[in-house]
Amino acid sequence: MKKLQDFTRNPDAVSFAVLAIVLVFILPTVLEIFRLNLVGKYLTYAYVAIGLVLSWGLGGILSLGQGVFFGLGGYCLAMFLKLEASSPENTAIQSTPGIPDFMDWNQLTALPWFWEPFHSFGFTLFAVIAVPVIFALIIGVAMFKRRVGGVYFAIITQAIAAIMTILIIGQQGYTGGVNGITDLRTLHGWDIRTDEAKYFFYYLNVALLFLVLLVACWITKSKLGRILVAMREREDRVRFSGYDVSNFKIFVFCVAAAFSAIGGAMFTLQVGFMSPSFVGIVPSIEMVIFAAVGGRHSIIGVVYGTLLVNWAKTTFSESFPELWLFAMGALFIGVVMAFPNGLAGLYTSYVKPLIGSIRPLLKERARLYETPDKGGPDMLNRGTAQ
Amino acid sequence: MFQGYTAAELTSIFAMQGFAGLSLFSVFVLMALGLAIIFGQMGVINMAHGEFMILGAYVTYLTSNFFSEHLSSMFSLYFFVAMILAFIAAALLGALVEWVLIRHLYRRPLDTLLATWGLSLILQQGYRTIFGAREVGVTLPDWLMGSYAITDMIEVPVNGLFVMCLTILITIGVYLVMQKSRLGKQTRAVVQNRAMAGAVGINTEKVDRFTFALGCGIAGIAGSAFTMIGSTGPTAGQLYIVDTFLVVVFGGASNLLGTVASAFTISQAQSTMEFFLSGSMAKVLTLLTVVGILMLRPQGLFTLKIRS
Amino acid sequence: MINAQKNFALSIEGLTVSFDGFKAVNDLSLYVEEQEIRVIIGPNGAGKTTVLDLICGKTRATSGSIKFKGHELTRMKEAHIVQQGVGRKFQNPSIYEDLTVFENLEISYPKGRSVFGSLLFRRDDVVKDKIQEVSDVIFLGDMLDSPADLLSHGQKQWLEIGMLLIQDPELLMLDEPVAGMSVAERKQTAELLNRITEDRSVLVVEHDMQFVEDIAHRVTVMHQGKVLSEGSMEHVKADEKVIEVYLGH
Repeated sequence: MKKLQDFTRNPDAVSFAVLAIVLVFILPTVLEIFRLNLVGKYLTYAYVAIGLVLSWGLGGILSLGQGVFFGLGGYCLAMFLKLEASSPENTAIQSTPGIPDFMDWNQLTALPWFWEPFHSFGFTLFAVIAVPVIFALIIGVAMFKRRVGGVYFAIITQAIAAIMTILIIGQQGYTGGVNGITDLRTLHGWDIRTDEAKYFFYYLNVALLFLVLLVACWITKSKLGRILVAMREREDRVRFSGYDVSNFKIFVFCVAAAFSAIGGAMFTLQVGFMSPSFVGIVPSIEMVIFAAVGGRHSIIGVVYGTLLVNWAKTTFSESFPELWLFAMGALFIGVVMAFPNGLAGLYTSYVKPLIGSIRPLLKERARLYETPDKGGPDMLNRGTAQ
Repeated sequence: MFQGYTAAELTSIFAMQGFAGLSLFSVFVLMALGLAIIFGQMGVINMAHGEFMILGAYVTYLTSNFFSEHLSSMFSLYFFVAMILAFIAAALLGALVEWVLIRHLYRRPLDTLLATWGLSLILQQGYRTIFGAREVGVTLPDWLMGSYAITDMIEVPVNGLFVMCLTILITIGVYLVMQKSRLGKQTRAVVQNRAMAGAVGINTEKVDRFTFALGCGIAGIAGSAFTMIGSTGPTAGQLYIVDTFLVVVFGGASNLLGTVASAFTISQAQSTMEFFLSGSMAKVLTLLTVVGILMLRPQGLFTLKIRS
Repeated sequence: MINAQKNFALSIEGLTVSFDGFKAVNDLSLYVEEQEIRVIIGPNGAGKTTVLDLICGKTRATSGSIKFKGHELTRMKEAHIVQQGVGRKFQNPSIYEDLTVFENLEISYPKGRSVFGSLLFRRDDVVKDKIQEVSDVIFLGDMLDSPADLLSHGQKQWLEIGMLLIQDPELLMLDEPVAGMSVAERKQTAELLNRITEDRSVLVVEHDMQFVEDIAHRVTVMHQGKVLSEGSMEHVKADEKVIEVYLGH
């Protein structure tokens, strides 16, 4: 009883639990597998949005190129799956059997060197995280050590997203071009297109999402999280309090990249392909709006935000495709101008006071059974209970 | 990539591609000019700048249609009328946008970036609804067609030359407006110290609206120039926004000459490389070089050292 | 001079910085002893704040040297300078408005300053006690839970002083610590400074002459990037060059 009370008094634990119930029990029960798979796809964007909460919400670093890391993670896994799907038996009709079909179409006669290591599943898993993080590290060191920030950083990351897309589309023979890497079939011989596999990946996806949420929560609650907030407000004060500000920015940017990469890899698994249309300027900035709608300061809020916007997008584009861009545009403007803290902000300013007015009644009832309360949540303990 | 060409061939290739890049240069300069003025004045990044350009392009397209149907005798002059109309249309829309949107978002540059992106989506869909998804092109009057042959191997396209001269005139005009006119002086005063400028009686809101409208208007003219190098479609503007930002940042954001120099460098680099590589690789290499240089020199290539 | 140098906490020699040819600080030399409270005064634009900027690494010197406890600061990174024991308060109260008073002080607590150190930083009793102790000194002991943006201007100034105090710097630099304060707050601040400066050297830039007289051991008068006069308050007050600069011709 006491434990349960502690639990309900911890708002984070409650919102984690609610989200878990929604994702693990409610959605799989009410949705057929096709729709559930769609939810799984949306959730892969939530990884990016959670990363943005850390870098943008906490640290004030807006990256308009998160699609790059999402894509890199996704491509790494897609390369492995593509190689498995391109066994010499499967590709016997090609002029060069054993290489991916798009390479054959582009007159390549041997597997490019950087594809070779992706025969190994272990290396692939490592690369899914390592490639995007190293890339983020290079960008981060180059930019933050020279104190480039704010809109300049946003624009340069956007340019990088543009470059990446053009590069992937231009180098068809190595990347599959504009179609991306498609026709992925099996993982270690297990067909990933069956309903059974889709259920499995959905739950794997949710589990990883919670892992990422926990890490994000830990970072937010740590001193590092508060330093990021402090940096966003008064970078100089933090610097002259003895911190190397750039290292913190690089770190949080790399973490956001790693999260996005996991999302990208899960996308590949659940959707069965990866293409440049998830890398460029437009998808990258859409991922920012998922975070903005959910609330840029709330790691749980952005999960709902991502689901909501994507659900709206699917619904709109099914019934009124021409209205979707109008709605999306209005969403960007509306969120920024009217609800800068998004859904999470609406929750704290409208729903929470409502709950707060009910709570004393509950407390009163609890008191009949319990020894008197030992005072409310102590400020000094805030953050130690991680 | 230069193998198999003689020195003479290379010279003329560079010259030809250089002249062919003039129109791109003009579009870059005009776009970047507007963007830089707005950014320098208000710290606002206008992600919908490409859509203002496309508005100018559509206005040019409409004007050319109007002239060919009703005023075919004066068709050769339509381009001048189109440019003025493009400027007016884009400037009016700019003033409206400033009033509805931008003025509420000063001091929140990252949010402005997102809001103007939303605006760009709305404008794109608006163009698609009004003009259709298909790209449209304009017919150039005869005198803008063809090219001057300087030597046997080097030819200069007339339209590129014309647009470049126009761009230079507009740039000088903008410079004069900013340096000499009352409004220009007020604008610079607001840039340097907004509170003080307000205190001495400058209507800072009016100045902001003027600046934003001016920047957008110039983008409209860029749209007129754009019709000469590409066909106009609802999303054509988006392709230019990143390049233009890089031009602005590369040029040092705050000075006019830097913007022109950086537009020249980037457009020429891209145009020249396009001859030797595929178009997409030329673009990748150009952007990559610019981003690389910016990482080494974030303040831009053409800035002076100032007291922080 | 060379013998006496041992006692100097801070020795600045031939310091010059020029912005596009304008020499904001021009061949300046200044020595601060250990446990000395030194106040820099001077008309606007004399280069006072720039001197503080140069010491803490915010601005880089064109030439000259700044030695603190024998370490050369002119080429050191800002964070490293702080870790050497130099603390700096900015002119406008520079605190984190979105955080509470407690969190403001905690960030300045000199532990967990690296990325991973801060990730693993625990808010243990030592930290809490220290923060409580410092907050009592700066008159904010019962406001630890308040968001910092609810503090008054004077309280914000104190909070920033507290943020420095918790770092326990050997050289404390304060840029106009009583600007914008009420008379009562000024008196309180003077007491506060006298109390906290016992074990350290202090360098203060200030305009308020009453306040300067209350706290200064020695006064340096700057004018056009150079030292115009130096000594006790009585001494500089009597200096004709100082009178001319302040009263004009």
